[in-house]
Amino acid sequence: MKINIKRGEVLCYEIQAKNQTLLEVLNEIKTTQDSSLAYSSGCRSGVCGSCAMRVNGREILACSYHVQDGDLVEPLNNAPVIRDLVVDMDKAYGFNAKAKAYLSADIDNILITHEEQKINELQSDCILCGSCYSACPVYAVNSEFLGPFALTRVWRYVSDKREQNPKEKIDNIQTNGVWDCTLCNACTLVCPQGISSKADIEKLRARSALVGYMDPNFASFGFSGGFDGSPIF
Amino acid sequence: MKSVIVIGAGGAGLVAALSAYENGAKVTVITKEYPTRSQTSMAQGGINAVLSEEGGDSIEIHIQNTLKSASALADEQVVSFMCKEAPNAIRWLDSIGVPFSRNDKSKIAQRKLGGAYAPRACYAQDYTGLKILHTLYDRCQEAGIEILNERYLLEFITNKDNNNKSFVCGVSVLNKRSGEVEAYEAKSVIVATGGYSRVYHDYSTNSVSTTGDGIALAHRAGVRLSDMEFIQFHPTALKNSSILISESARGAGGYLLNSKGERFINELLPRDEVARAIYDEMAKGYDIFLDIRHLGTEFIENELPQEAKLAKLYENVDPSVELIPIKPAAHYTMGGIEVDKNSSTCINGLFAVGECANHRVHGANRLGGNSLLELVVFGKQAGENAAKYICDFDKKVDLSAQKKSFEDQIIKIKEFSNEINFYEKQRELGELFYKNLGIKREKSAMQALLNEVKEMKAVLPKMGVSDKTKEYNTNLIEFLEFKNILDLSELVLISAISRQESRGAHFRVDFPSADDKKFKAHTIIEERMVSYED
Repeated sequence: MKINIKRGEVLCYEIQAKNQTLLEVLNEIKTTQDSSLAYSSGCRSGVCGSCAMRVNGREILACSYHVQDGDLVEPLNNAPVIRDLVVDMDKAYGFNAKAKAYLSADIDNILITHEEQKINELQSDCILCGSCYSACPVYAVNSEFLGPFALTRVWRYVSDKREQNPKEKIDNIQTNGVWDCTLCNACTLVCPQGISSKADIEKLRARSALVGYMDPNFASFGFSGGFDGSPIF
Repeated sequence: MKSVIVIGAGGAGLVAALSAYENGAKVTVITKEYPTRSQTSMAQGGINAVLSEEGGDSIEIHIQNTLKSASALADEQVVSFMCKEAPNAIRWLDSIGVPFSRNDKSKIAQRKLGGAYAPRACYAQDYTGLKILHTLYDRCQEAGIEILNERYLLEFITNKDNNNKSFVCGVSVLNKRSGEVEAYEAKSVIVATGGYSRVYHDYSTNSVSTTGDGIALAHRAGVRLSDMEFIQFHPTALKNSSILISESARGAGGYLLNSKGERFINELLPRDEVARAIYDEMAKGYDIFLDIRHLGTEFIENELPQEAKLAKLYENVDPSVELIPIKPAAHYTMGGIEVDKNSSTCINGLFAVGECANHRVHGANRLGGNSLLELVVFGKQAGENAAKYICDFDKKVDLSAQKKSFEDQIIKIKEFSNEINFYEKQRELGELFYKNLGIKREKSAMQALLNEVKEMKAVLPKMGVSDKTKEYNTNLIEFLEFKNILDLSELVLISAISRQESRGAHFRVDFPSADDKKFKAHTIIEERMVSYED
């Protein structure tokens, strides 16, 4: 079987593989054919988020994808390629801090019901693999967009009963945040954990509306005349 | 000069960093990958704490369960401290937002793990480690703690004070991206680099990064190690890939079967006993399977979704109708850097915490649910003590010489002849370790393996790297990891050969019972020599 790996230029490797994961195949190439091949991996079981890359244009985890003859393997999009399949995730991860994706203050002994726990159970399954970040088309026009995983993380804390100042979190995601998303759903389709950042962004929009924010795109179509994007109370 | 440097961004490293920060220190975390990608993310089961005595559980019973599992090799005082601190540890994790699963009273839910008297492990579905780790990371973002990603540890740099006592004064690292050696001066360094299960290579459940770098390098810097021969094997890893199938599959009623379809052991006995029973069946030539078919499709989908997914992906079986082929695999290393009751090593200013450290709480066999607990309790302690230590630090440091020496060493390694493919040797070493230093051990086989390891070390200059590139050279990083693995292999072997008894995870076919008179003591390694201490 042949697979093609984009390493600057596309190189073709002949491999013996049946029912193997892409990560196993990469390991085989690295240890027996070409040890200069660069990629990242860790847990091999889909929880560490190290081995996200693209196959035939779609984001996958190499440890969770079975190789097919003729596959084209490429690094993630929207992040600078360091070498071969390795990209620099520093800027992407930096959006977590910019989005203030954390509990704003310590809080003791809050009771949380099953239902309250379920609100962000799925969102806290995120492994920060960066697949959604790579698939998101908004970065083509706005490189400062907080982006899918960071906004999902904001929802994870905004919806947490322990968060004492959710409004501050909502205030913080009005610029380069929830309204910049086009709701195209590309992030949802590639998430290995089944998280829908698009849905989380919609929930954050609803929360934003509750505290008086409006969709600036909608507003600029003349609905509220001189609306300048600042909150309406 | 940096104040406190933490090496490693897993659970232990991030707790230590937060704790040092909260105690007033300026902290820098250095990791060879990114935070959230560490071994901690793989912990599924839970974190032990007695939160209420309603069900008959008590802190005293938690202490006793831990000591029993440790086979008389844990320090009662330290275990007692850890178990008493456990409820505070959970309270803190809850207060920073860890999304623990909840019970019907809206409190943190707990489940029973092997060796525990009562449901005591707090959990977050199947993702306990992942959710704790990510919440710690978020907390570090809130605190604005500096994290330097993708830097591989090369050395702990030490110096001698006026009383001829060693103190740490910095670290040198290889920046993976630029390929440059960087030296960071620091008043204090906390080692939180994880265990060494990848000595077993393909026969380990662990992340490929669990190569024991911090332990090997700390020993090179003069730090004492202890109890290195105690390595926990998990009974149920997938046969081909060694990927972990959680204990919850057996906890829920899964069976272990041999190729004749017969059960051969009570599946809920402690891990070491179950692993030995599987080993014996495999020695008879049987394949071993985990059978969860009778639990029903719905139960498997709801309660064991990760397990079902991994079995399908790696073994191509559907566990609701087929058997899952398994084998035991190296899972957790109890030994490591010897620390005192303050999490301090024998080098001033150098602290250690997490799986790389030996706080003497796991002894010869770790109790499930105690490793996440350990990293929170002692991570806090290490951070506090590092912050305290730096207040009195008044020494001047210049690391330019060390930096140069490491640059030269990297250049030299790149000139190694590369006649022998080290990846092959690494695979071979893992297999030999599994066979001869695995679940059952015997002197002559271990001695032969020790000779093999020494031989591999001797031919290292004939190995080396074929990739001479400077930027992001993972071939080079993996070779440096292999060097550390070889170093640790030797230390594990001399410890295991020397301990002529069976205790916990260390089972000697030639000495099948415990010998309390001679060996109810900790194995200490100092300058590659073995001795025993109470």
